[in-house]
Amino acid sequence: MKMRTLIAAGFAALMATSVQAKTLVYCSEGSPEGFDPALYTAGTTFNASSRPVYNRLVEFERGTTKTIPGLAESWTVSDDGLEYTFKLRAGVKFHSTDFFTPTRDFNADDVLFTFDRQRKEDDPWHKYVEGTAWEYFNGMDMPALIKDIVKVDDMTVKFILNKPESPTVANLAMDFASIVSKEYADKLAADGKQSDLNQAPVGTGPFQFVAYQKDAVIRYKANGDYWGGKQPIDDLVFAITTDNSVRMQKLKAGECHVAPYPNPADLADLKADANLTVMEAEGLNVGYLAYNTKVAPYDNAKVRKALNMAINKQAILDAVFEGAGAAAKNPIPPTMWSYDQSTVDDAYDPTAAKAALEAEGVTGLKMKIWAMPVARPYNPNARRMAELLQADYAAIGVEVEIVSYEWGEYLKLSKAEDRDGAVLLGWTGDNGDPDNFLSVLLSCSSVGGSNRAQWCNPEFDELVNKAKQVSDQSERTKLYEQAQVVFKREAPWATIAHSVVFMPMSKKVTGYKMDPLGSHRFDGVDIVE
Amino acid sequence: MFDELSARIADRRLMFNYVLKRILLLLPTFIGITIVSFGFVRVLPGDPVLLMAGERGLTDERYTALLKEFGYDRPIWEQYFEYLGNLLSGDLGNSLVTKKPVVEEFFTLFPATLELSFVAIFIAVCLGIPAGIIAASKRGSFIDQTLMGTALVGYSMPIFWWGLLLIIVFSGWLGWTPVSGRISLIYFFPQVTGFMLVDSLLSGQKGAFGSAVQHLILPSIVLATIPLAVIARQTRSAMLEVLGEDYVRTARAKGLSSFRVIGIHALRNAMIPVITVIGLSVGTLLAGAILTETIFSWPGIGKWMVDSIFRRDYPVVQSGLLLIAAVVMIVNLLVDMTYGLINPRICHD
Repeated sequence: MKMRTLIAAGFAALMATSVQAKTLVYCSEGSPEGFDPALYTAGTTFNASSRPVYNRLVEFERGTTKTIPGLAESWTVSDDGLEYTFKLRAGVKFHSTDFFTPTRDFNADDVLFTFDRQRKEDDPWHKYVEGTAWEYFNGMDMPALIKDIVKVDDMTVKFILNKPESPTVANLAMDFASIVSKEYADKLAADGKQSDLNQAPVGTGPFQFVAYQKDAVIRYKANGDYWGGKQPIDDLVFAITTDNSVRMQKLKAGECHVAPYPNPADLADLKADANLTVMEAEGLNVGYLAYNTKVAPYDNAKVRKALNMAINKQAILDAVFEGAGAAAKNPIPPTMWSYDQSTVDDAYDPTAAKAALEAEGVTGLKMKIWAMPVARPYNPNARRMAELLQADYAAIGVEVEIVSYEWGEYLKLSKAEDRDGAVLLGWTGDNGDPDNFLSVLLSCSSVGGSNRAQWCNPEFDELVNKAKQVSDQSERTKLYEQAQVVFKREAPWATIAHSVVFMPMSKKVTGYKMDPLGSHRFDGVDIVE
Repeated sequence: MFDELSARIADRRLMFNYVLKRILLLLPTFIGITIVSFGFVRVLPGDPVLLMAGERGLTDERYTALLKEFGYDRPIWEQYFEYLGNLLSGDLGNSLVTKKPVVEEFFTLFPATLELSFVAIFIAVCLGIPAGIIAASKRGSFIDQTLMGTALVGYSMPIFWWGLLLIIVFSGWLGWTPVSGRISLIYFFPQVTGFMLVDSLLSGQKGAFGSAVQHLILPSIVLATIPLAVIARQTRSAMLEVLGEDYVRTARAKGLSSFRVIGIHALRNAMIPVITVIGLSVGTLLAGAILTETIFSWPGIGKWMVDSIFRRDYPVVQSGLLLIAAVVMIVNLLVDMTYGLINPRICHD
């Protein structure tokens, strides 16, 4: 017991070293790949880089997918939807650290530097470290979208687009759009230490980087000059703890305040702990089975509908998600605006499914189901899911062969337009915009790419493209609702589930909000003793 | 006098020749390892570019452009010879993920693995050898059976389960040890040597060393479990063999105490196979503390290698394996050299 007292005293000392200093310890699930968010695509990296250290022109309001002013105080959009003019916030200071002291406030040069390094191949920072691919910027099709970015004056920047695109503002709230200090970059270039931009970050965010001990600990302190006001906590520590069970043990032992991604099996125990709270929210994702709509008999919507009716989703939620999932009826998650509540899901009815197949002349059908080799939030165990589908389909006389490939190969081969079989896959939203699901995953232009159903429906495509060009959200909502009706009627996928995300934390933590976009943010969070 | 001196010089020359021969032999081994480590990660399906893009995927044009960018579009032999050329000029490449030099990452993480392995081996040797000796000297007794039974259990223990069990009991229920990490987060000082025990002392911060020791307890016990069992069993069988030799009987007949017979005459000869096992264990521990490192969030090279394999981080896998192999080879060389010191009759000719 004496030892327990000593350890507890140590942590109590850490968490309140003095009356003034408050330290929040977050047991993170993995190491960041680096600290320049534009180089990466992983949430773990963003939680440690873009969210604490940086700001963007536009921010997501905490706990929502609503965009609010960030480093841009306001913006206007031209009537033709091709010009976005951002008025920048004055008096914003970059972090003063041991390795950099800024001499000027944030201005338009920083915005231009942030985007030019990603979009201009002749920019000296375009290849500042080996293997720089700017994958998120490219993945979001920004090079095709942005025609130019112009500095109107020191505090005004204009984005000129090649085509009108409503999700532009939401895109600029994404992690790759984190604003980097040009002055810091210039200093690093002068010192010949360019790669430090990815190792020792300087931003304008609520916390400033102090130190990173690889694979062990990241330390930040509250930014005293933060334009949004100083944070309630003084220090933020990420204790990297990769094993789920061990992370929960640390939380229970009081070695950290917040720990994400518990094993479903541990939830009851965590909820029963008097010192802990378990917050939960539906993830902004969808797990689906995509038929290849270019190959018979899956080119027939009635056949696809019949197969959908054979799936027992509740059994999948119980066995694969262990309760941490919700049945999906639409291709977008319920937390997203424009989600069509009125959709009626295909009822689980094997008898009717079998009859519907026979009515279409489909008998003795043999099909392949592709099972992903990795666990993802939208599908924690694809192999198990495939086995359940195999049993469901066997009940209606369809023989299923389960196939799988290494993850990279899986992603590549599943794109093929002549692919044999239905693919289990899913999607996690990037920016909270329905376009990020409906257009990326189901539009005609994504066939042979991220549209794994190879589904090109002119009616759906027109609705989604039109919604892209309209800036009024209520009008866009109507268009997306109509698109969901078309989707449900045509059934290019069997929509399976949206995951539920759990976040256990100490009861001492106040003000934490679950982010529908899946990031873990500690601005606005406090600790009360 | 003169004869003794010349014999010593001859001995040293023999030793020198032996070491030189062994070092020369390392060269072809090294080249072999470069081929294996280079080829190993490339024969795995998938590549870093595909994994980087994730569910979003890439257009074929962009995929081709990125492969070209990384230089992975060229024939594999060309890539290999470029890698070899870079190696010879001392460039082990940069991680595709963190963009940092592989050597820098290795030397940041390696001390953590080394520290843990040393402590684990220390525990394994300090407990394993006496356990083996006691078991051998009390052959067939209850003590022997208990010790060897325990060793068998230790050897068969699933490490992940064992580690979690210790955490739940000693950190969760009893609260005697911290759950994971290398030192309490209240201590914050720069990494000087990378060895937490040393750095905590150098930092001068009160209580830091104690905290580092506390954090080492569970992981080193878990890591020591298998080598401890192996060493105990090996010591026992080697001792049993030696105890039946004529010279041991002679020593006993001379009226030497049991302690002297076992501790001095028998043990020294029994140690040769034990040292071999210890040497091999060190190699295994350095390269294979993956599970222990994962459970205890220990920032070492085992976990680093596994993560890199999953991410197809080619430069880290190929150069990391090479560095680990180099360490293992050096350890084995040192072990072979100690044979001569323990038993002068072993001649390195």
